[in-house]
Amino acid sequence: MNFDFSDDQKFLKTEARKFLEARCTPAVVRGVLDDPARSYDQDLWKAIAAQGWLGAAIDEAYGGLGLGRIELCAIAEELGRSLAPVPFASTVYFVAEALMLAGSDAQKTRWLPKIATGELIGCFATVERPGVLTEASVQARVEGGRLTGVKLPVTDGDIADLAVVLAKSGGSSGLYLVELAAAGVERETLQTLDPTRSAARLTFSGAAAEPLGEAGDGMNLAETLLNRAAVLLAFEQVGGADKALDMAKAYALERYAFGRPIGSYQAIKHKLADMYVKNELARSNAYYGAWALNAGTAELPVAAAAARVAACDAFWYAAKENLQTHGGMGYTWDVDCHLYYRRAQQLGLVAGGAKAWKERLVSSLERRNVA
Amino acid sequence: MDFNDTAEEAAYRTTARAWLEANAPRRAGGRSQSDLDDPSSMDASRAWQRKKAEAGYACITWPKEWGGGGGAQWQAVIFGQEESGFDAPANPFTIGLGMCVPTVMAVGNQADKERFVRPAVRGDEIWCQLFSEPSGGSDVAAARTRAVRDGDHWVINGQKVWTSGAHYSDFGLLLARTDPDVPKHKGLTMFWIDMHAPGVEVRPIHQMSGASNFNEVYFTDLRISDSQRVGEVGAGWGTSLVTLMNERLAIGGGGGASHRQVLKLAREISTLTGLAAKDNGLREKIADWFIQAEGIKYTRYRTLTALSRGQTPGPESSIGKVVGAALMQDMANTALELEDQFGIITDPASAPLAGAFQSALMAAPGLRIAGGTDEILRNIIAERVLGLPQDVRLDKNVAFKDIPTGR
Repeated sequence: MNFDFSDDQKFLKTEARKFLEARCTPAVVRGVLDDPARSYDQDLWKAIAAQGWLGAAIDEAYGGLGLGRIELCAIAEELGRSLAPVPFASTVYFVAEALMLAGSDAQKTRWLPKIATGELIGCFATVERPGVLTEASVQARVEGGRLTGVKLPVTDGDIADLAVVLAKSGGSSGLYLVELAAAGVERETLQTLDPTRSAARLTFSGAAAEPLGEAGDGMNLAETLLNRAAVLLAFEQVGGADKALDMAKAYALERYAFGRPIGSYQAIKHKLADMYVKNELARSNAYYGAWALNAGTAELPVAAAAARVAACDAFWYAAKENLQTHGGMGYTWDVDCHLYYRRAQQLGLVAGGAKAWKERLVSSLERRNVA
Repeated sequence: MDFNDTAEEAAYRTTARAWLEANAPRRAGGRSQSDLDDPSSMDASRAWQRKKAEAGYACITWPKEWGGGGGAQWQAVIFGQEESGFDAPANPFTIGLGMCVPTVMAVGNQADKERFVRPAVRGDEIWCQLFSEPSGGSDVAAARTRAVRDGDHWVINGQKVWTSGAHYSDFGLLLARTDPDVPKHKGLTMFWIDMHAPGVEVRPIHQMSGASNFNEVYFTDLRISDSQRVGEVGAGWGTSLVTLMNERLAIGGGGGASHRQVLKLAREISTLTGLAAKDNGLREKIADWFIQAEGIKYTRYRTLTALSRGQTPGPESSIGKVVGAALMQDMANTALELEDQFGIITDPASAPLAGAFQSALMAAPGLRIAGGTDEILRNIIAERVLGLPQDVRLDKNVAFKDIPTGR
């Protein structure tokens, strides 16, 4: 049985944690939170690029390190733990994966090396209205290579250079590559729950759009991308949830009430034990997702949905109960609990919320049971 | 990250499977129910244990000099996985070989080791564990069963409870109070006793499920030799911790009701808004159950991986029971709600899925209590895994006889 990170992967993870503890301190995260003009931390982004993480799973032929998805999962966990305020998920889990999934050789040659070096920030633009993403909800249209429509919220849409956009053409949907500096693109930063991860409204009026993958295959490709990203995001969530538990534990040991540490009361102990249990369940489901992602098996839809549902549950529970454990101080701007509370919602909704993923999980199980 | 055996593991698995093919019947489908109160099935269990012992497959991790296999923990796990695919007889030896005899091996005198270890490995003698009492379920150190010294002997009076297999056991490991004038953890001593001796009476407990898996054991002027003492006088609490730590890693297949059965049921049942299988509330619950059940399974795989790599498993293996027992109860209750008025029927001929969920509902409360209640397990996770402080203990530095008991 070999159901864990390998020694090399653990080494990478330990190094990533050390690097982020030094370079992505709470002060760095708050630098983005407190300054409405900043959408991400550029120095951290450059330093992450210099580590080679952006190209970890990109083939060496396209300028990456050619490692597997498991290595990317290890890095993701540490990014989540440190609340890294950088467009890593949009660029790597969505745009790089979209290019690797459906890109022509010319498209890969053109864009992937730029992602690997950190020169290019990407974003994934799908939703247009409140509620779950469905093919029917997509109004954006491409005609004669020109895209018209409005997408929001687009995570990192205000800072990205390249968007992968889900749009209709004729009667069916497709994925399109759109350069955001070109004519016909307007962007507006949105106020969001988690200002450490920015989001935008993108308005396209005749912007040049190049097909990515087969025309008509847009929704299938988007679903596959969401499955892949769900696993990687689950690792970010597990990292965040573990950090929230660490914070709650430290506070429960140091805070005294009625003459003893609050961590000696069963009301607190059982709450923290429940956090631990949910985090371990989420970690184990995330490992299953990592295996399915890396092996490219047909089990990915079940494994990704299980990883996502468990991770959403664990991070939300850990974030809200960590804040609760801190009492009144937890509700202040100065204590970091709200940073995790915000990020738990951001990560829990960014690739679609848990309710829809539960439905995906059960319908995948039904298909699997029938097959 | 994968689920594959190493070359060494694969080789061991092949050898183990070949031995099982030659010596055990294949499982025909479904778990065969053997009743250990039936002498013929007990004979079959003993015969199977002896066969394994002779081949080195009983107590795989124990030294060969004591009748074990001299192997590693991962080998025991693989053999267990393979054995579960065969129709092996029920195993009444787990408490003795998992807890009692390892305590004798760790703390007992040489004569006891020579006397007891090999017969237990071979299945010739069965042990039970006599720790819990009516006055102390979660609080094992509150044991009141008295052992009073009388020259070279001790006289035992009192009562134990929840003793699995006491009615077919030959020996028992007994935790008794030898000094009520010191704080509770300091006045306990461990002994072994002959379950067939005069002064030992075993009475089955009639459980709410209707079954009787446990017993009460009464001691009336039971006279035992001081040579039956296991460890020092007053060191019984430390010895009992050795016993409890020896509890085997609970590694095995899942079991009981599953999300698949609920889905199957839901495809045959209607709600006011249509087929139950299409009900969103139910579908969300199925997803929640799935991630819990799969989470336990993959957590077990992580534990196996640590063993496979020669490492000590982390504390994550402690979550299985606290998740699994509540999961089973919730799933059973939801299934009964789906069945609606039919939910009350336990008659297998009339109840949906032959009453599987009704059985699960009645078994679940026991699972949430046995081997550490949900609440005690959360305390253990909080204290031993997360390092939070113990609760304030009012009985800590008080003589046992002065501790309030509420009656």
